[in-house]
Amino acid sequence: MSKPIRVLIAKPGLDGHDVGAKLVCRALMDAGMEVVYTGLRQSPQAIAQTAMQEGADVVGLSILSGAHVHLCREVAEELKNKKIDDVLWVVGGNIPRQDHRALCDLGVSGIFPTGTPFGSLIAFIREKVKM
Amino acid sequence: MIDPKKTDVTPLFWESGLEVQPVYTAQDVESSGGFDGVGQPGEYPYTRGIHPQMYRKRPWTMRQYSGFGTARETHERFLWLIRHGQTGLNVAFDLPTQCGLDSDDPMAAGEVGRVGMAVDTLRDMEEAFADIDLNEITVSLTINGSAVAIMAMYFALARKRGFELKDLRGNSQNDILKEFIGRGTWIFPVEPSIRLVGDTMEFCAQNVPRYSPVSVCGYHIRASGANPAQEMAYGLSIATAYIDHALQRGLKIDPVAAGITFNYDIHGNLWEQVSKFRAGRRLWARILKEKYKATDPRGLRLRMIAGGGGGGLTVQQPENNIVRGACYALASALSGTQTMALCSYDEAYTIPSEHAAKISLRTMQILIHEIGLCDTVDPLAGSWFIETMTNRMEQRIVAIMDELEKQGGIVRAVAEGRVQAAVNAQAYEMEKKIQTGEVKKVGVNIFAEEEEEEEREVEFHPYRGEEAKKQIDRLERIRRERDDLATQRTLERVRQAAQDGENVVPAVMDAVETYASVGEVCGVLKEVFGTYREPVRF
Repeated sequence: MSKPIRVLIAKPGLDGHDVGAKLVCRALMDAGMEVVYTGLRQSPQAIAQTAMQEGADVVGLSILSGAHVHLCREVAEELKNKKIDDVLWVVGGNIPRQDHRALCDLGVSGIFPTGTPFGSLIAFIREKVKM
Repeated sequence: MIDPKKTDVTPLFWESGLEVQPVYTAQDVESSGGFDGVGQPGEYPYTRGIHPQMYRKRPWTMRQYSGFGTARETHERFLWLIRHGQTGLNVAFDLPTQCGLDSDDPMAAGEVGRVGMAVDTLRDMEEAFADIDLNEITVSLTINGSAVAIMAMYFALARKRGFELKDLRGNSQNDILKEFIGRGTWIFPVEPSIRLVGDTMEFCAQNVPRYSPVSVCGYHIRASGANPAQEMAYGLSIATAYIDHALQRGLKIDPVAAGITFNYDIHGNLWEQVSKFRAGRRLWARILKEKYKATDPRGLRLRMIAGGGGGGLTVQQPENNIVRGACYALASALSGTQTMALCSYDEAYTIPSEHAAKISLRTMQILIHEIGLCDTVDPLAGSWFIETMTNRMEQRIVAIMDELEKQGGIVRAVAEGRVQAAVNAQAYEMEKKIQTGEVKKVGVNIFAEEEEEEEREVEFHPYRGEEAKKQIDRLERIRRERDDLATQRTLERVRQAAQDGENVVPAVMDAVETYASVGEVCGVLKEVFGTYREPVRF
């Protein structure tokens, strides 16, 4: 049997809306993945550090405050600093379509706005992360 | 005679788990506990409302949640809302302010003025409330983790403007226990956080008796996924936790209870909301009278702001949210609310535009002036259906509260993350039901439309980085120009009071009057109390 996909779900910045992040954690666990959740108010440095320590295949950021472009820019910087270039980076939350391009340019592979069915996120991860 | 209960309709359950029959009779009321708890409006146990004539005498207060950018921009929106007939203000603060950080803190980058008004010092509060009569317009401060600093600023501002603290009305949210469950703007660990709430309760009981220092928010617990019965149960349990703390400090029950109001959410089934509020009102009065021996009716009455409903709104087909909002407002009025705030239709994806905010305000005004919702008190009273479900809802809420008590009370359950886990489990079940279509959402899992988002013209609230820059410049200027010696001295007094277990509010008021910032006040308190460590459970 192949080893399970490891996912880090993180809440960057000050946004306290963690319902979606926790729902995604549960859904991914139910889909057989190993999930680490950081809790609230993580700095981009701490997120990159945790991703490295945990050997994450996937890093998922949940952002609903509207500060996604700013925060993703900082996370991209940290991932680069730590030479983490083999993780699948996804973002969820309150992300308007007009900002999708900006996030993709920073290295985000998939954007899953609030209300996305769990199934599409799970399928996306399984397809992109070849174990 | 045909027995309607022997029909072959599919069993129906509300979110709270209560089963609903297709038909109700007087028999159902009797077997659920009878009509004894209904009583008269304005009389114990207040099932029918806390005033004898309710909206016939005065309609509910309309107090839309608002605030963004700098104090100047927020001030303009406040004046605009008042001009359009709003009768109270419900202030939104940005995340740095809510988390006790100054605008120039590295963690604040990208968040200054984004989801609410940025407040660093008293100067911002002075500007936001300039020319607004604080006796005429009641102000509600949506602030929790850093509430002690912001409340101190509000009181300092009122005093400076010549308003007597003893006459000042309004309220602060200041419900830290619910921040640990949902919303997440905590700062200090659980115990000192409750102590700070206690400090504000004590200060208000002694100096600002007409002000409500705590507005317990079932709202955000519901928004985190709790069902309506849990929402009411956790809210009431949290309120008793603050009361227990205040009593331990030697305060008297009547002034303490009078200082507590509630903030509840409305979305989902209309009848379930009405039953929840009628049951909750009755239960609160009973708890205060029977357990706490309170006698002052001001405290026995569950006074609330109810509305919002953000959790029910959808990004898809956002105009549908206008209709949802009207239904939520209807439910709120049928439930006997004192104050209503209504989410705007664009709130599922942005800070409300003026256009959307005005529609929400007009929705409430239409209910007041055209539809007849103010005609008579508690119009659903006496309905076999509503009275049965009010009885059953009360029993359900009591069961949840008892269970919590058996496990060591809400404070412990929150500190250990058990309430959070229960709410999250509920949220997950609900989300799965929406995703499988078992729970229906129009425009989401039924009558959905493909790709409509791309065609839609959506107005987003702009975020301007230069406003954040201005805010930081202003903070730097204030720090340069203030009497810094006085600021440092008063901040030292805050530290002393926090260490010695003295009430910190007077010292914080002195500090903010010298233009000590939110971040400086909270920074000193963090040095004494430490920071909360989240039990990461999901």
